[in-house]
Amino acid sequence: MLKRGKRAWFSWALAASLAGGALAQAPQPIDTEKELEKYRAMINDPMSNPGYLNVDRGEVLWSTKRGAKNVSLETCDLGQGPGKLEGAFAKLPRFFEDVGKVMDLEQRLFWCMQKIQELDTADIVRRRFGGPGRFSDMEDLVAFIANKSNGMKFEVPLAHPKEKEAFAIGEVLFHRRSDFMDFSCATCHAEDGRRIRLQGLPNLIKPGKAVQETMGSWPTYRVSQSQTRTMQHRLWDCYRQMRTPEPIYLSDGLTALTLFLVKQAEGGEIQVPSIKR
Amino acid sequence: MKKTFVLAALLTAFASGATAQDKPKVDPATLEAVTKAMWPKVPEGWEKRVSFDETQKQCSEHRNEPPGAVFDQIKAREIATVKFPADGNVLGDWKSGIRIANDGRGGTFTDRPMTNGANCYACHQLDLAQLSYGTLGPSLHLYGKNRGFKPEEAKATYAKIYNAMSVMPCSMMPRFGYHNFLTEQQMKDVTALLFDPESPVNK
Repeated sequence: MLKRGKRAWFSWALAASLAGGALAQAPQPIDTEKELEKYRAMINDPMSNPGYLNVDRGEVLWSTKRGAKNVSLETCDLGQGPGKLEGAFAKLPRFFEDVGKVMDLEQRLFWCMQKIQELDTADIVRRRFGGPGRFSDMEDLVAFIANKSNGMKFEVPLAHPKEKEAFAIGEVLFHRRSDFMDFSCATCHAEDGRRIRLQGLPNLIKPGKAVQETMGSWPTYRVSQSQTRTMQHRLWDCYRQMRTPEPIYLSDGLTALTLFLVKQAEGGEIQVPSIKR
Repeated sequence: MKKTFVLAALLTAFASGATAQDKPKVDPATLEAVTKAMWPKVPEGWEKRVSFDETQKQCSEHRNEPPGAVFDQIKAREIATVKFPADGNVLGDWKSGIRIANDGRGGTFTDRPMTNGANCYACHQLDLAQLSYGTLGPSLHLYGKNRGFKPEEAKATYAKIYNAMSVMPCSMMPRFGYHNFLTEQQMKDVTALLFDPESPVNK
């Protein structure tokens, strides 16, 4: 384990020095992008991606008996039948008849923890985002379950009226400008080839490669945070940078946004957990 | 700059075409309930920074391409909000301006209370020395020089920083003065960064 971690860190330091070196020299962006591409390929190796530690922990959590009922999550239905994990993530968010609403993976897991296990979900919410010395059950479970859709393509037919409605809400939220800086998601993610500082920004409103690669690579191990992050965290962090108040974890608006983005990414292949800066 | 905006508007129009055809309507009450559940209450001390004002509403609804009448309405409304420094001097210290332009901290829900940075480089090229700049906005290199360092141009620039929508309704740029995101002194310093002949922006 230690070896894997060290290798990832070494790669990161190397890439940082490469990028830094390029900055300090000439105004031509030389081959910074190419060097970063090499670096990304290098760290994308599952053997050096610490995100797979979350996958392993998630696998254990899935079958561990917990909560007041002392049962595992193995009867939880993520849309493909009780306990069926293969391909479930590729078809989420989706409408769930038993709850009467559209849910993403985290909302659904949360619901299963409450209904099936009667688990202390206050603790789950407290640890929703991992930190130093604090594992997140959600990040572990999402990494494990999403990984079971690797090689598959996103598929959200929006067959149910509630799914159509959630998509429409997501599209409106994506363009909703508000608060301190007048930002919306579209401020950064509605055109091709734009950057914030040196960071490339994917165009998420145009179906195609950029949005497919973005959505197909979450959950991801974020080197800068030393944590595996889910789409809930990504959207939380986007709103943080947009200077809105903190959006409520697992709120339906975040699921609607996710559904909108997954629909834009339809046909995109899932390879997770990936590893990013 | 106008050209860039027209181009940006065209690109946006083109890009949004892809999703427009299957765009179902959303009931306003449902939407209201969804956003209310996302942000159930205004955090303490955030009263002035949380807003969904009429201009934000209109720009959101029209996907930043307001039709003529709405465009004029927004412009008039936003012009009325611009406050210039009492002594009429819009030029501060460019050296302080470059620090403010580089500073991207402040104002998030994880920040302690602090003076906000303007973070100009996040979206704009300014001088040739800073290579880490974004491309969401146009390059501002030689901004003052290209405008002949004219005082009326400096004043118009201060107004643009104070409230970008008073110049270009539904501009992507934050309304820094309108929202009290930046102080008057900070906006003067950034205007000087753009207009001082000694500023690296004009070299």
